Amino acid sequence: MRKGWMMAALVLVVFISACSSNGGSKSPSATTKSPGSEAPAKTEKLYVPVISKGFQHQFWQAVRIGAEKAAAELNVDITYEGTETESQVDKQLEMLQVALDKKPSAIGFAALDSQASIPYLKKAKDAGIPVIAFDSGVDSDIPLSTVATDNAVAAGVAADKMAELIGGDGEIAIIAHDQTSRTGIDRRDGFKNRIEEKYPNIKIVDIQYGGGDHLKSTDAAKAIMQAYPNLKGIFGTNEGSAIGVINAVMEAKAVGKVTIIGYDSGKAQIDAIKNGTMAGAISQNPVGIGYETVKAAVAAAKGETIKPAIDSGFVWYDKTNIDNEDVKAVLYE
Amino acid sequence: MNNTTVVEQKPQFAIKSGLQQFLVFGSLILLVIFFSIASDNFFNFSNIIGILLSTAVIGVLALGSTFVIITGGIDLSVGTVMTLSAVMTGVFITIWGLPVPVGIVGGLLTGALCGFISGFSIARLGIPPFIATLAMMMIAKGLALVISEAKPIYFTDNEVFMEISLGSVLGDLIPGFDIPNAVLIFFIVAIFGSILLSKTIVGRYNFAIGSNEEATRLSGINVRNWKIVIYTVTGVFTGIAGILMASRLNTAHPSLGAGYELEAIAAVIIGGTSLSGGKGTILGTVIGALIMSVLTNGLRIMSVPQEWQTVVVGFVILLAVYADILRRRKS
Repeated sequence: MRKGWMMAALVLVVFISACSSNGGSKSPSATTKSPGSEAPAKTEKLYVPVISKGFQHQFWQAVRIGAEKAAAELNVDITYEGTETESQVDKQLEMLQVALDKKPSAIGFAALDSQASIPYLKKAKDAGIPVIAFDSGVDSDIPLSTVATDNAVAAGVAADKMAELIGGDGEIAIIAHDQTSRTGIDRRDGFKNRIEEKYPNIKIVDIQYGGGDHLKSTDAAKAIMQAYPNLKGIFGTNEGSAIGVINAVMEAKAVGKVTIIGYDSGKAQIDAIKNGTMAGAISQNPVGIGYETVKAAVAAAKGETIKPAIDSGFVWYDKTNIDNEDVKAVLYE
Repeated sequence: MNNTTVVEQKPQFAIKSGLQQFLVFGSLILLVIFFSIASDNFFNFSNIIGILLSTAVIGVLALGSTFVIITGGIDLSVGTVMTLSAVMTGVFITIWGLPVPVGIVGGLLTGALCGFISGFSIARLGIPPFIATLAMMMIAKGLALVISEAKPIYFTDNEVFMEISLGSVLGDLIPGFDIPNAVLIFFIVAIFGSILLSKTIVGRYNFAIGSNEEATRLSGINVRNWKIVIYTVTGVFTGIAGILMASRLNTAHPSLGAGYELEAIAAVIIGGTSLSGGKGTILGTVIGALIMSVLTNGLRIMSVPQEWQTVVVGFVILLAVYADILRRRKS
């Protein structure tokens, strides 16, 4: 009997190892080699690890596509990895440490926390490894460049659109994804400051955080609508938050009564804009962020000078322009 | 039959847990009264429905967790197994284009299989429940990402699927009584769980194992097999939660669900089920889950900052467990 179990266990182990070698290429932290690179990474070919904030959202997959595109064009090796959720600051630091240990040519890094990574970045600087920050900036001058959307400006545009759509007065609310990351802070404050400065008749009655979790954002938005029956609009600061708001407004049967403005894209937001549930959204250019990050990292590794801030741009999209080619190019499903 | 010793213990539990449930229920009522006074927008039909709807997913998870916690075990994998079940349902319905009922069965079987594997690891391989289900938590999390290729699976082409959570069978029968199906399913699952726990052999052995595993084994009951059965039952409940979540969001999202197991365990404990096993009720868990969502909803309606909401929930868990300890000292 005991022998039987041991055999079964052995089979299981073999099976699992077989699975992992097959499935490896699909795993989120997979090594991605540019096409036509049979040579191992040890050759003089540049190696750039890209550390993102996750793959919870399609956004990060789109960044990856851009990064891989640049890697293929510039003939360098990259790895792309990210944390499971956008709150795992500690795990991300481990990833950064591992990446540093591999002595790469340069590093692309999207900080989950604008402070926590600074000691590691100092190590990178001491080792002469150039760092390119992307998506979120870091409170440090070590990164040679930051490739990002100017989130505060973009959220200000969202605020203008909101004001226009609700007629310049009334109560609105924000469902944000978190209180600590740069994007969370910039989008929330960019929106809030614009409303406060320019639209005195509009009142932001509540700001709640759903951690980018669809279900929690849904419940938070519903509670706000419950507490403020006259609410005219809600701004969701990322994909998960915006989808939560859409769900909440649909569940509360308040479509048309509550104006929804979102951020980023993804199929659910695109569908909601097409069918009129959502008024519109700001999209960053994730493919561009990935592309520009790798491009800047390669330039830095080669000792070329690069601009300290690379704006990857943003677009406002709604029903009227969602099918335009230039808008389609920055959206992802 | 040696089993009689086990059976005789039951009424004793019923009396104790009766008092306990009264206290827990009393706290729920107090909370509701408090929030009703604090905010005009709390106590009305649509918000009550909102609270019930937000209880459904965590509630069903908590119902399942009640079974393993009564054995004196724990299941840390329910959050991510729920996600895996949702993803598998998505694979069946959206990717393979199979009919909705097949997808539902697929989701339930996924949950059951994960529960079975956890139970097997615990009962047959002798791995402590904490470790075995921690491993399952990671396995399920990883598989959900691998299978879905880290992309959400949408059910948008399938209108029937969303009805599972958000349609209203009751509303169709009685106009104006629009209670979403998810809430109805939550209560049906609770009634089913209650019968399973208090009227069947599964429940009886569940309590027996939890109060004295050695005695149960000596009285001729195959404890190992029953443990596997109990973890599988938890798995099925987890599968139901997965389908409810996927249906409500109309998406199977491969990285949601992490951390939900702790909320479920908190609901079970607030409901008076003892972490050391042998004691607990389904009604208690239902009330525990309701307390959690009433708190979250009420604090949100009062616009209490999110950071403080979490602190309050933490204190409530402390209080609930302390109350349990006090009661046990008295008896």
